[in-house]
Amino acid sequence: MTDVTTASGGFPWLTLVVFLPLAGALALIPVRDAVAKWVALVVAALTFLASLPLWVLFDASASAMQFVETHHWVASPAIAYAVGVDGISLPLVLLTTLLTPLCIVVSWTSIATRVKEFMISLLVMETATVGVFVALDGVLFYVFWETMLIPMYLLIGIWGGPNRVYAAIKFFLYTLVGSVLLLAAIIVLYVYAGEQSFNLLTLSEASYPPWLQGWLFWAFFAAFAVKVPMFPLHTWLPDAHVEAPTAGSVMLASVLLKLGAYGFLRFSLPMLPDATRQFAVWVIVLSVAAIVYGACMALAQSDLKKLIAYSSVSHMGFVTLGIFVLNVQGIEGAVLQMVNHGITTGALFLCVGMLYERTHSRAIADNAGVARSMPLFATCLVIFALSSVGLPGMNGFVGEFLVLLGTFAEQKLAATCAALGVILAAAYMLWMLQRVVYGEPAAHMASKLRDLNRCEIALLAPLVALVFWIGLYPKPMLDVMHASVDRLVRRDANTIVVDALPVSSLPDGPAARSFITAGTEGVAGP
Amino acid sequence: MTLPLADLVTMLPELIVAATACLVLALDPVTSPRRRDYLAWMSMAALAACFIVTASGMGDRVSAFGGLVVVDAFAAFWKLLLYVVTGMTILLSIGYLKEERIALAEFHGFLLLSLTGMMVMVSGADLLVIYLGIELMSIPLYVLAGFKRFEARSIESSAKYFILGAFSSGLLLYGVSLVFGAAGSTRLADIAAAVAARGLNDPMILMAMTLVIVGFGFKVAAVPFHMWTPDVYQGAPTSVTAFMASASKVASFGAWLRVMLEGFGGVTPHWTGLLLGLCLLTLLVGNLVAIVQTNVKRMLAYSGIAHAGYALIGVVVAGWAGADAGISSHGVSGMMLYLAVYALMTLGAFAVVAVLRRGGVEGEDLEDFTGLAKRHKGAAFLMLLFMVSLAGIPPTAGFIGKLYLLTGAVRAGLTWLAVVGLIFAAVSAFYYLRVVMVMYMRDPSSDPARHMRLALPPATVVVLLVAAAGVILVGVYPGPFIEFTASAVLP
Repeated sequence: MTDVTTASGGFPWLTLVVFLPLAGALALIPVRDAVAKWVALVVAALTFLASLPLWVLFDASASAMQFVETHHWVASPAIAYAVGVDGISLPLVLLTTLLTPLCIVVSWTSIATRVKEFMISLLVMETATVGVFVALDGVLFYVFWETMLIPMYLLIGIWGGPNRVYAAIKFFLYTLVGSVLLLAAIIVLYVYAGEQSFNLLTLSEASYPPWLQGWLFWAFFAAFAVKVPMFPLHTWLPDAHVEAPTAGSVMLASVLLKLGAYGFLRFSLPMLPDATRQFAVWVIVLSVAAIVYGACMALAQSDLKKLIAYSSVSHMGFVTLGIFVLNVQGIEGAVLQMVNHGITTGALFLCVGMLYERTHSRAIADNAGVARSMPLFATCLVIFALSSVGLPGMNGFVGEFLVLLGTFAEQKLAATCAALGVILAAAYMLWMLQRVVYGEPAAHMASKLRDLNRCEIALLAPLVALVFWIGLYPKPMLDVMHASVDRLVRRDANTIVVDALPVSSLPDGPAARSFITAGTEGVAGP
Repeated sequence: MTLPLADLVTMLPELIVAATACLVLALDPVTSPRRRDYLAWMSMAALAACFIVTASGMGDRVSAFGGLVVVDAFAAFWKLLLYVVTGMTILLSIGYLKEERIALAEFHGFLLLSLTGMMVMVSGADLLVIYLGIELMSIPLYVLAGFKRFEARSIESSAKYFILGAFSSGLLLYGVSLVFGAAGSTRLADIAAAVAARGLNDPMILMAMTLVIVGFGFKVAAVPFHMWTPDVYQGAPTSVTAFMASASKVASFGAWLRVMLEGFGGVTPHWTGLLLGLCLLTLLVGNLVAIVQTNVKRMLAYSGIAHAGYALIGVVVAGWAGADAGISSHGVSGMMLYLAVYALMTLGAFAVVAVLRRGGVEGEDLEDFTGLAKRHKGAAFLMLLFMVSLAGIPPTAGFIGKLYLLTGAVRAGLTWLAVVGLIFAAVSAFYYLRVVMVMYMRDPSSDPARHMRLALPPATVVVLLVAAAGVILVGVYPGPFIEFTASAVLP
């Protein structure tokens, strides 16, 4: 655990952020439905406030884990409660804590039955997702990773649309089958690394024989690719999105999908560098396929939620593409794209939810021409749609641009095909806008729609602000993640160096590795 | 022949339980129906006393009756677990038997007699003593399975259980007689010596070993010796089913493991292979057949079969690692922890099934669970918890059990077996989640009989809360429990 810094001011901020929502969920058990909403909102807001110090106190120049807390959990096998954040996980933690209160507000009136249970599920979800992002112990990671399935299953299955039971069970089983292989892989890593610790950093420092890396790579791939979801394992996503209530869709799109990509960054890349390089080209092919296929499918949809779901498949393709080109621009772009996709797609689902509350339909045809009666709403929808397209000046552009830049350096053909996805994105989004915003309104609902109320404006305003902030001035975001991404890429580069040298000339053990790391620090940068 | 006092003191818990059982049976006819609950509380008191005796004497290995019986940490572990399980069964029965109108105190007496048999089993160091224990465990269970004596299904359950139980006992006895022919003794230590002297491939020993495995395979319901389980579990009164699924399975595993390690340790490669085959078959059949069940008790029966498959992984690991004591004992303790966790969550699940038994509704069909979340939030949530734990999803005890067990498998070099176990865990999630689905995602059926308000007797609430607390506690704070089982393995 050489990279761990414990200088976090001592206060267990991360534990607070992870478990405050869970405590809130427990506190909800005895209260009535009407009060439950308020309690849940206050808890979620407090969690967001508690996560702000992470951003303020975070030292962007350090690449190591920060705010680290380590406590023994089980002596043998050596499982620990270990949490920490680096530049990759910090933005995702903040994204989660920001979106959860918004999800609670958007469900204020739309969820009418079993409100308390709904809020409990949402808060447990928040604990589990934040927990995944900050866990530094393999078992702890897995515990959070799986725990999240139950509340999500209930969110879709209880409060979802007509076909909700099918969608919920499909979501659950797809993810679970992938996840059990993740658990097997984590146990194998632990045993092969000498049964010392499940700590992710310790596991990353050990080296594994290439044949084992190959197996582990695909085991991880099964877990993470389902979650991302990568083509062709994406089929649960449109069902889950369409059936889930608005808050469920937002959590699903903005947070849950990030977990898979985050898993690649935390497990596959640092632990299995050889296998990652060996199989990267396959993942790149699948990513490009996802970009183009998702975009084409989005073009063909007549249901707003399904359209956005397929656009997610396409956008997440950019994320995996950026990760597996294995250079700094690519990965930074990927992480930024994760954040952007979380903001933009979350916002789009919020918009669809608001529209649905008024028209009770998600079909594009039923929602045509809302600009006349709802100018404010139309403006927001256009902003988010353009951000999703990747218009320069908005957040979507920065991430996709970086990913494409990184890809061009490594795989020209892949970059060319991926760029096609950007064009297709413009096609399906603009076409959707043309119909929904400027179309001829259906006769029965003209002028009946009221525009956004104050509450809804307050809901969308922070997201609009983020869209432009990241779009116009992405430097703070990129600064936060730069050191961590740099280290991740260098670690990969180092293994290449190690492999290239004759093995006999190297001293053994982690000491040798850190020596090499120090030696190549100046050379192997971007 | 005089019995030395020291030997009797060693067997004090067994004596307490047996004496209480006799007392309950004797007092039952002279107790007025209103006061019958006192006999249940008396049984609970006896169990508490035994718990204290066993727990305080835990650790040192004591032999009694010239080596026929042994009390060591391993036996103490199973006994402590069995006290808890039996106590929970008694508490569960208090309310359930009244609902079924079969509230006779002899029920508790039979439970305690069966428990005595189980305690003898896990302490037995001689095949005949273990056999005696098995019979003492089984015969009261045959009676209990038919306790709803005016119901054909219950009688059928009892008869099936009796015939197949007797058959498996016969096979086991045949194995014992072969062992006696080869070793000249039925004591485990003598058997081990004879096995060592006769070498790895002696046909007589192998034949005997196989028959012993088949005999125990029936008792723990391993495939292909599982055929009796679904019918018996479904027909028996629910609290008896809970007891059979947890206590009798747990005790049989405890005795089985001792026989395999202490008696047949010399032919480990042979039984490891055999048990590996049983394990894979059990996982496969248990999980796949459970998918198509629409009766929750039958589903839990197949789930019990599947979990026997997981417990067998621990035994296989213990055999596979063989010489490596650290990994071998990891396998053993993994199996012990797994069974303890399994017993808790299965009891909890059956307790919810028992709660649903109201008026004319059996409460065991999947249909009876529809919309339970709207009828009784607490019961539905606890069932959710038990189902999630049975499926092995964190943060519950079921996950910790699987994690610890399968880490042992990977350490022993059986990574593929761990992967198989995990994939079947994902399969099992399908049928466990179906219960959650009907409880939470369907509306209660319009049938007024199924709308009847659920009244949870206080004793049943205690059972549910103990099971739930155990499932959560082991799930989030497993350290002490893992250390405890690791300290109680066979040397």
